[in-house]
Amino acid sequence: MTPHLAYGAFSYDLAHLLGAAVLVLSFGLLYQRRLTSIIAIYALQSVVLAIAATWQGWVQDSAHLYVTALIALCAKGVAIPLALRNIVFRLRIERSVDAALGVFPSMALGVAVATLSILVVLPNTIESETLTREDLALALSVVMLGLLSMITRRSALTQVIGFMSMENGLILAAVGLPGMPLIVELSVAVLVMLAFVVFGVFFFRIRDQFDSLDVSHLDRVGGTHK
Amino acid sequence: MIGELFTPAGLVALLPLLTGVAVAFVPSGALAAWLVIGGSTAAFVMACALPWQFGAGQLLLVDPLSAHMALLTSFVGMTTAWFSRGYIAVEAAAGRLDGARLRQYHALFLAFLGFMLLSLLANNLGVTWVAIEAATLAAVIIVGLPRTAEAVEASWKFFILCGVGIALALFGTFVLYLAALPVFGPGLQAMSWSALTVAAPQCRGTLLNLAFVFMLLGYGTKAGLAPLHTWMPDAHAEGPTPVSAVLAGSILNVALVAILRTRSILESNAEAIPPGPPIMALGLLSLILAALSLWRRRDVKRFFAFSTVEQSGIAAFAFGLGGTVAVFAGVLHMTLHTLIKSAIFQAVGRAAQLKGGQQFADIAGLVTGHRALGLTLAFGIVAIAGLPPFGLFTSEFMIVMETARRIPALSIVLGLGLVISTWALGARLIDLCLGTPTKDKGPAPGRFALLPAWVHLAAVLLLGLLMPGQVKAWLLAIAVSVR
Repeated sequence: MTPHLAYGAFSYDLAHLLGAAVLVLSFGLLYQRRLTSIIAIYALQSVVLAIAATWQGWVQDSAHLYVTALIALCAKGVAIPLALRNIVFRLRIERSVDAALGVFPSMALGVAVATLSILVVLPNTIESETLTREDLALALSVVMLGLLSMITRRSALTQVIGFMSMENGLILAAVGLPGMPLIVELSVAVLVMLAFVVFGVFFFRIRDQFDSLDVSHLDRVGGTHK
Repeated sequence: MIGELFTPAGLVALLPLLTGVAVAFVPSGALAAWLVIGGSTAAFVMACALPWQFGAGQLLLVDPLSAHMALLTSFVGMTTAWFSRGYIAVEAAAGRLDGARLRQYHALFLAFLGFMLLSLLANNLGVTWVAIEAATLAAVIIVGLPRTAEAVEASWKFFILCGVGIALALFGTFVLYLAALPVFGPGLQAMSWSALTVAAPQCRGTLLNLAFVFMLLGYGTKAGLAPLHTWMPDAHAEGPTPVSAVLAGSILNVALVAILRTRSILESNAEAIPPGPPIMALGLLSLILAALSLWRRRDVKRFFAFSTVEQSGIAAFAFGLGGTVAVFAGVLHMTLHTLIKSAIFQAVGRAAQLKGGQQFADIAGLVTGHRALGLTLAFGIVAIAGLPPFGLFTSEFMIVMETARRIPALSIVLGLGLVISTWALGARLIDLCLGTPTKDKGPAPGRFALLPAWVHLAAVLLLGLLMPGQVKAWLLAIAVSVR
């Protein structure tokens, strides 16, 4: 679509590199064990996403994408991680670790999921522009890795971060599509804000009810209340 | 684009939303309940004019399907608001909801209704998605309102599962946009339902396939299709009943409509895979799984939630089958199920208040102790089991016959699922309504508390015995427009 996004051009390489960086950070989220480190990696991923969106905004000459970048930077790179850290320290769980799977199995699963996403997207998008299809493959990998970390984690907090990194993958997909209407960026932004409000409510309720953020305590409705 | 919200069609969604904002600031619970009734009645009155306003704008799409679903949803919203007023007064008197939560409940009720109507009437995939998401969030908060451990867990599960589902649907929306890009170029056109339906043959088939998978999984979660249904029984069992009643019938309709529209886009593209078989597979799986699960429930509301999964599966199966007859039957099925299920949940909600519990062990002999309540529930169960003379028999019969005509082998599976579930419903009907009455622990419903449920059941009976010619022509127009 845009001439400077051809294979081998600088703008293409940089966009590709930033997308890949988001993916690499998703792998970081998958195996990291300390809550505070997980939050830090999530913040870093959001910042890289903001840079990727800015770069796409410049290349595609679209002002909307700068807004997306700004939202990613302010809300997801700074505000949400700070609030999560605050919760972690207030609940005094900053030292706790959360790993349902070991490093090797989770990385192996992660690689398998990423490979699968690439194998699904690339053959299906032969006719699209090179960058769009590779960006979509990267984005789907990020979404799937977020899903995987939600499945492998046990604490509500890490599940929430997995969910939010899924949303990062969605934004990465949206910024890579040429001329995506503003409505989608806005809606995702709204979702993140809303989701966070809901999460905030949840945290305090779960804490109130169970004195713990471990959701395996919550597995009662399905078991005894049939 | 926003201006379209102030047209008569836009007001259908806007009025409940605005009333919801107003209700959030009303301190009196009684006044708030009346405002909820006012807001939802206004939405229904505006929706009644929709069949004369067909047309597609940038934001709104009024076609036979969306007009029909908006009419149905706003009607159920209106009757449920009437029911909710009495029900919530009992809950508040019992101390299960205090002042602040009561206010949240009323405001969120309207927000839920308004966003569902917006998503039904939206002509933009993005707006449809945002509205479904917003309706989900409102419902999540309502389900958590009783603040018992079970309610918190139910709303957590509801939120996480539907959040993931809805995220997948958004990814599907992006891919659909990418598929339409070569036809329309960048811009809003490539996300419009009406434009996509027309231009589907020129879209990229391979990308449509990819989009379809994500949309089906994403919106399938919302529609409660197995194996993505696990949030539904919890949410229905733990939330305040009026929302379960609306929730039961309406939120899954919204998702099914999105699936139906995506299906007709794929159907008219020669390169894309046929979308029918995957939808039919999920539908049949839901039917069989729910029919077997019905036998193992101990909680009345969870029992009827599984029956909702079953009915959603039947409707999805009909949509997957495709063709005018099957879509006609599917839309009729969805409509009747919504009416019956909300009537059942109204009766069950009152019965649970009366008996102070919602387990089968708590509720028995309703007909002996409280004739009106017991008979309402009994008629509701007969209707939902798909037995004549109620209308659901017609739609199920049409779906089975159409399956037997086109894919005979599947009609055996379909029939088996229907028989198993009808049997379970019949057995539970005897448990709940007949036998020795259990002890009453709460207030009995007033004489007219169940009036909305009677109106619903009367409509279903009428559609079963003699369907007016206009209704038939109307449903046929829908089936032709999205087949």
